[in-house]
Amino acid sequence: MPVVASSLHPATSRNAAGGPASSHAEAANSEYLWTLNFGPQHPATHTTLRLVLTLDGEKVVKAEPDIGYLHSGFEKLGESLDFNQYVTIVDRMNYISPLANEIAWHHTVEKLLGIEITPRCTYLRTILAELMRLHDHLLCVGAVALDLGAFTAFLYFFQQRELIYDIVEYASGQRFHTSYTRVGGVLFDVNNLWADKVRSFAKNFPKIHSEVDRLLTKNRIFVDRVKGVGVLSREDAINMGCTGPIARASGVVRDLRKDEPYLAYADLDFKIAASKNGDCYARYLVRMQEMLESIKIINQAIENIPAGPVNVELEGKSVLPSKPAVYRSIEGLIHHFEMIMPNRGFKVPVEELYACTESPNGELGFYIVADGEPRAYRARCRPPSFIHFATFQHLMPGYMLSDVPAILGSLNIIAAELDR
Amino acid sequence: MDFAALNEHLGGVLKSESFRDNTRLIVPAAQLDDLMSHLKHHLGFDMLSDVTCCDYLEYPGATDRYGVIYVVVNTKTRERLVVKTFVNDPSPTLPSMYRHWKTADWTEREVYDLFGIHFAGHPNLQRILCPPEFESHALRKDYPLKGRGERHNFPVITRAES
Repeated sequence: MPVVASSLHPATSRNAAGGPASSHAEAANSEYLWTLNFGPQHPATHTTLRLVLTLDGEKVVKAEPDIGYLHSGFEKLGESLDFNQYVTIVDRMNYISPLANEIAWHHTVEKLLGIEITPRCTYLRTILAELMRLHDHLLCVGAVALDLGAFTAFLYFFQQRELIYDIVEYASGQRFHTSYTRVGGVLFDVNNLWADKVRSFAKNFPKIHSEVDRLLTKNRIFVDRVKGVGVLSREDAINMGCTGPIARASGVVRDLRKDEPYLAYADLDFKIAASKNGDCYARYLVRMQEMLESIKIINQAIENIPAGPVNVELEGKSVLPSKPAVYRSIEGLIHHFEMIMPNRGFKVPVEELYACTESPNGELGFYIVADGEPRAYRARCRPPSFIHFATFQHLMPGYMLSDVPAILGSLNIIAAELDR
Repeated sequence: MDFAALNEHLGGVLKSESFRDNTRLIVPAAQLDDLMSHLKHHLGFDMLSDVTCCDYLEYPGATDRYGVIYVVVNTKTRERLVVKTFVNDPSPTLPSMYRHWKTADWTEREVYDLFGIHFAGHPNLQRILCPPEFESHALRKDYPLKGRGERHNFPVITRAES
């Protein structure tokens, strides 16, 4: 900790409203300020991000995020890989809830190609998307708790994540970077044993959730660290393009699952979790509430999952045939080759469109420009983390150095989404 | 949204296209600020969801090089609109939308970094993903996938001089 001239410039008390901007600007010109590099790799940032903090004693007067340490180049890669191959890249954009990105990508591609996926597939993807929402929120809440000193909550929630890994592994054969969705469906169908795994997870989860709720929600130490910290007003949230739990915690009741229904969400009954305060505590509460709503969605979807094919059928000539069809029938084999060979494949319109889904972090959109080839001419990803991280420099001034992990954690920044 | 009235306000330069559920407004670069200001302040499009760009260098039938794309949302009516404008070499420049929406801060910096499009009036137009000494614009179509070896020519900073 820098110990500097605090007697000359007594630290002002914490300003819940973020502090008046003029006094910060004045302070930023003073020569007694310290510059502290927080990261690129710091235990409280979880990923490689660098924050350049200007400190007045322990008070942050200026916070400058510096991104670009991964240099992934995912969007450039999207212009050379076809619509099915690129799914292996989009799930690496978000290493907290990879399947949510796959679903968003193929949702956009299917809309571009005009493919209507089967009812069974919509329900299956809905369940997986909600499992990913749980997956993401579990880590986010757990990690904030860990950074603020509550180790038990993190362990409890991380163990639940392991159970979701198991479910996903049973469906796709992979625990994490699953590449499970395909244009027009998913890689394999699921069976009853899988459904039992999901049911038992959904049955047991609320118990663990209430344990963590009792550990944190009224915990004096935790509440003091997050309540009134990092306040984002409703106007700012809209003006800065915030979506998802962060916007809903600031009172912007907007959820793409309700506003622009996709998959099976129009058939299912659930509520939107929202709050008004816009501080770190509100974001924590919204995420906790959303987890229970996700369980509600999963319970309804798993009981009503329709029978039938999970992929759009062969006659459509627009999607890859199933593996058994490829191995056991000549039509399947020919069709597979037709889809895979260069200059064949999907019938792609020369058009462009934007489509988005409600990912755990907010609006995850893709803008695809297609030139008739079976790969995107331009594959733009609108990542929620990138938009949310831009608010950090507005949220941070006026708070203490020890509030950095709370604010950073509550924004749930994923570095691979920043760099793409 | 009333397209005819909006088009009349802008002097009939607006074009509208629709594909699936996307409504696109295509506007000349000179009228972009007028249109966006009208969308924000009179038609209630209070959220700028995304700013992105596409290099139409090899695109079939394209006449302009860079298409800059804005996605705006009306959070009350849930309406979504894609606004598109074109700019060309040698100095592709557009007015910054930062004075209407703060989202433009980082998204425009990203477009500047990866496509080399300047946004006049942006408060801090610097590279955001690539280092400052990087000279190319990586998402342009004439930039090779494997890069041009810039990375190997970056100056090495030793521990002593850092």
